[in-house]
Amino acid sequence: MSLIVDGKTIEAAPRPGQCLRTFLRDTGHFGVKKGCDAGDCGACTVLLDGEPVHSCLIPAFRADGKAVTTVEGLATEDGLHPMQQAFLDAQAFQCGFCTAGMIVTCASLNQAQKKDLDAALKGNLCRCTGYRAIEDALLGRAHVEEVAAGEAFGRSLPAPTGPDVVRGQARYTFDTAVEGLLHIKLVRSPHAHARIVGIDKAQALAVPGVHAVLTHEDAPGMLFSTARHEQAWMDPADTRVLDDTVRFIGQKVAAVVAESEAAAEEGCRRLVVDYEILPAVIDPEAAIAPGAPVIHAGHGSEHRIADVSRNIAAETHGEFGDVAAALASSAATYEGTFTTQRVQHAALETHGGLAWLDDGGMLTVRTSTQVPFLTRRALCEIFDLAPDKVRVFCARVGGGFGGKQEMFVEDILALAALKTGRPVKLEFTREEQFIATSTRHPMRVTVRAGADKDGRLTALQLDVLSNTGAYGNHAGPVLFHACSESISVYNCPNKKVDGVAVYTNTVPAGAYRGYGLPQTTFAVEAAIDELALKLGIDPFEMRRRNIVRPGDPMLTPPGSDHSDVLYGSYGLDQCLDLVERAMAEATPAPELSDDWLTGDGIALTMIDTVPPDGHFADASISLRDDGGFTLTVGTAEFGNGTSTVHRQIAASVLGTTVDRISLRQSDTAHGGHDTGAYGSTGTFVAGRATQAAAEAMAENIKRFAADRWTVDPADCAIADEAVSCGAQRLSFASIASLGGDGLTATGNSQGTPRSVAFNVQGFRVAVNKHTGVVRILKSVQAADAGRVANPMQCRGQIEGGVAQSLGAALYEEIVIDATGRVVNPRFRDYHLPSYADVPRTEVLFAATHDSIGPLGAKSMSESPYNPVAAALGNAIRAATGIRFTAVPFKPDRLFPQLQETFGD
Amino acid sequence: MDLNTITEVVRPRTRAELPAWKAGDAWLAGGTWLFSEPQAQLSRLIDLGDLAWPALAISEDGLSIAATCSVAELDALPCPADWIAAPLIDQCCRAFLASFKIWKTATVGGNLCMSLPAGPMISLLAALEGVCTIWKTDGSEQRIAVVDFVTGNNSNVLAPGDLLRQIDIPLTALRRRTAFRQIALSPVGRSGALLIGTLGRDGDLMLTVTGSTVKPLQLHFGAMPDEAALRGSILSEIPDALYHDDVHGKPAWRKAMTLRLAEEIRAELAGGVRP
Repeated sequence: MSLIVDGKTIEAAPRPGQCLRTFLRDTGHFGVKKGCDAGDCGACTVLLDGEPVHSCLIPAFRADGKAVTTVEGLATEDGLHPMQQAFLDAQAFQCGFCTAGMIVTCASLNQAQKKDLDAALKGNLCRCTGYRAIEDALLGRAHVEEVAAGEAFGRSLPAPTGPDVVRGQARYTFDTAVEGLLHIKLVRSPHAHARIVGIDKAQALAVPGVHAVLTHEDAPGMLFSTARHEQAWMDPADTRVLDDTVRFIGQKVAAVVAESEAAAEEGCRRLVVDYEILPAVIDPEAAIAPGAPVIHAGHGSEHRIADVSRNIAAETHGEFGDVAAALASSAATYEGTFTTQRVQHAALETHGGLAWLDDGGMLTVRTSTQVPFLTRRALCEIFDLAPDKVRVFCARVGGGFGGKQEMFVEDILALAALKTGRPVKLEFTREEQFIATSTRHPMRVTVRAGADKDGRLTALQLDVLSNTGAYGNHAGPVLFHACSESISVYNCPNKKVDGVAVYTNTVPAGAYRGYGLPQTTFAVEAAIDELALKLGIDPFEMRRRNIVRPGDPMLTPPGSDHSDVLYGSYGLDQCLDLVERAMAEATPAPELSDDWLTGDGIALTMIDTVPPDGHFADASISLRDDGGFTLTVGTAEFGNGTSTVHRQIAASVLGTTVDRISLRQSDTAHGGHDTGAYGSTGTFVAGRATQAAAEAMAENIKRFAADRWTVDPADCAIADEAVSCGAQRLSFASIASLGGDGLTATGNSQGTPRSVAFNVQGFRVAVNKHTGVVRILKSVQAADAGRVANPMQCRGQIEGGVAQSLGAALYEEIVIDATGRVVNPRFRDYHLPSYADVPRTEVLFAATHDSIGPLGAKSMSESPYNPVAAALGNAIRAATGIRFTAVPFKPDRLFPQLQETFGD
Repeated sequence: MDLNTITEVVRPRTRAELPAWKAGDAWLAGGTWLFSEPQAQLSRLIDLGDLAWPALAISEDGLSIAATCSVAELDALPCPADWIAAPLIDQCCRAFLASFKIWKTATVGGNLCMSLPAGPMISLLAALEGVCTIWKTDGSEQRIAVVDFVTGNNSNVLAPGDLLRQIDIPLTALRRRTAFRQIALSPVGRSGALLIGTLGRDGDLMLTVTGSTVKPLQLHFGAMPDEAALRGSILSEIPDALYHDDVHGKPAWRKAMTLRLAEEIRAELAGGVRP
């Protein structure tokens, strides 16, 4: 067939069942993305004869004789399409993976559609931004600033890859053509718990194009955790590359490696696997009951599993003071049990990667990860390879949210590349994301709390049952974190914690934005409100009487060795004031009938700015011959905005502008080490390394000039892209031309001491007492991010965090049936917030300056997510008088209690 | 997504050219559902596009809609002024979970044949008293009301090889007064209940219940019932087992919303003000 794509004629024959999306990508049009491959997300939107369509749903042969415009065809020789420019000016993207389809869609809207964006944008999902910035792009609002040399930090500078993102030319993990590539597809377990007794590969190997079938017999025997942490002891070693026992429906059983995805799929269908089905347990309470099937039988404490026989992956117990006695004598007490569901990260770019052996025999993995260095470490250990024989790197990563602090694909990629000697690719489908990667830990949290008549907390107790699924990746650290800052933010003489993370035969839980805190905060902040109600104290005042302030110890039983958490700065008091003031301001209220009940609610959170027990980063910087700098960092960019911030830090320290700093990132081949972009460390830890490297470079430049001028380096100053001493001045370009172009410097951060950051969320809601529909009338979040590195980006992180958390609070839920099967592994049945679902959130910043973070900044990427469900629950309580204790707050879930209270 | 087991696409231009149906065949209309899920059981697609059925035909008898008419084509139809039921078309199109981009590709017939409880073309065409024409494999034709075409969640009267050809809407239905109500678990989500009331010149009320039930259900009233009579009829004619249960709404909520929306429709058509 013949068609015109972005102005060029293409003659090619599509396969009979091929869709237009893959046809376009096969012909090099990588601006066409795959978010779901099912017509739900819109990332693959193109114009077909001028009309926007989801190219994943269009049979390729139907494009014959037509003209296709992808995002890459929107720009002309004269420059960007106005919509691309608008997205750039408003910085209406974070990871940028949805942006290509979003821009194509927005560029196609007529005036009427632009007035009804709820409807017009319901076919385009963005997981990062919360849509405000996208609305601003459509309204022509610009947010980027231009600033002078040395003044970058603290200003709203644009992301360096913005022009490529809006043109659709930013290259993500799969946006590359590799000669001789083989494709991997995985056979997955249909059983929740089974032992593999036999695998017959013959029929699969007989499929034309199939090169290899890899099973547990081909895989290394080593046990490890898919969770990646600087310290391996944090997670149980309970996982093999391919195991002879399967513990959840969807677990990988075998990998078929073939010339095409089609052949690999056919090989998977023809593989004959004999299973001996074992008893399975799906419910976490049943899993710890006596007589429950043992999920990791044969493993033990040497694998860092807390109690194999009881299916306990990790646990924590401790008490300060005497909670029972304190509760018995408190003026007010509250007890409630709160449950949180299983939710998915839903990064628009699925897990996956490519691997090959380079000319020198180095195993090279290009992958969608937050942790390239820790992934290399794991591959070296599993395949017994020296670190200099393995390279792991990221292209641009399309979203993470914690889901890519895991090794779900790189082990199989390595195994297949090593076994076949060929370049290989594995790209998960959206269904695989849901059934076989990781989710947030569902938790059942019982909180008991007491206060005296003045509202001072007397007792605070958490009893947590966390469901880690079939594997224990992040089971312990998430549990411990969940029980930490959620209660250490309050002064209280008697505290008790009992937490258990339990194995079940279900899709594993793992790292997820907030790392356990959203689940427990939902319970704790409800308890604080209930005590305030009983005592007749205002919710803001109740919190002010109990929150920690600088000098107060931040305590969680059973106590820990982590004495490195300090008040580098403190803005929780400001955050409370800011939200209180904003909530009190009059805002236009919609006309609501008597069916609607309204109420306000707040919640606060504290978060340590770095995970415990080591988080390291190296950075290096060199002076280029043009007087600019090349900055090399290990931390990964997946929409978190750290690429922007690192350049701002270096430019500010070196008295230059960000365009003079070119950034190399997230590649083990660059040397050094970086623990990874998780735990909100991209700015706080890696940024500190960049600051140190830039400061060392500034000293080098001063010394270089001082030597020439025979003056004291201490008398030299750096500003305006030059070093000067009195009347003498040398530009960086001159320094480079005088032999300084070899100047390099390095910086390192050990991730300690750590500071604390704060967020307070306020909502005003209306609840329809007859339908259960919740409308958000007002949303305010105040954040203490220290000195804000980039207000525009930081606002985006907060808005995106609120939106993602509203998804979990109102809509999202992975439903697992009695057999352990995920029943809704697709976006049309797992409702991500769309444009229509997300209210605008007023974002306010506390004015603080952190003594530990880089140039006064603190972390602000996970934590905006954390108080949202709790604040919403408190607002619904205020509106209805009913304490709803389970999320999501869907109309059909709220309905029974509303009906009971208010009738028909 | 790619349907990698498909080895052949046939593109008949006339009914005579339709190939003999065999296992592994699928009709390809818009393809928006077919290409949205793995279809490993399929090997051949029979593309209906080249049959070139006129999408929409207005006659003295009413409106004839080809099964291959796209949702966007139907939505764009300029309706005669006396079709006072015409606003239902836009209301039902907007009730799609899918966006306007999908409407350009998805077909009216495809939505019927998927036979999902929330299929808004089912709601529309049932409320407008549509009648399906089915081409049988033996060359004969079968006519059946839309409300009877869908028999349950994801099931209908079609036998393997049967082809939905068109849906005919009688003029009388297009001239009835209408009221529309929909609710979902999210603002623009999949319908948990979608009810349509139509009022004839003689004052008869036809209430079409979709979304909340596994198949469309229709209640007829010779004259406008009062609130209690309407409620009583719904409770007696829709057994609890017919309320759909999935992630888009629990049955108890769907039932309550059905009762609530039905009463809103009754009040509106009885002359009351829209709430």
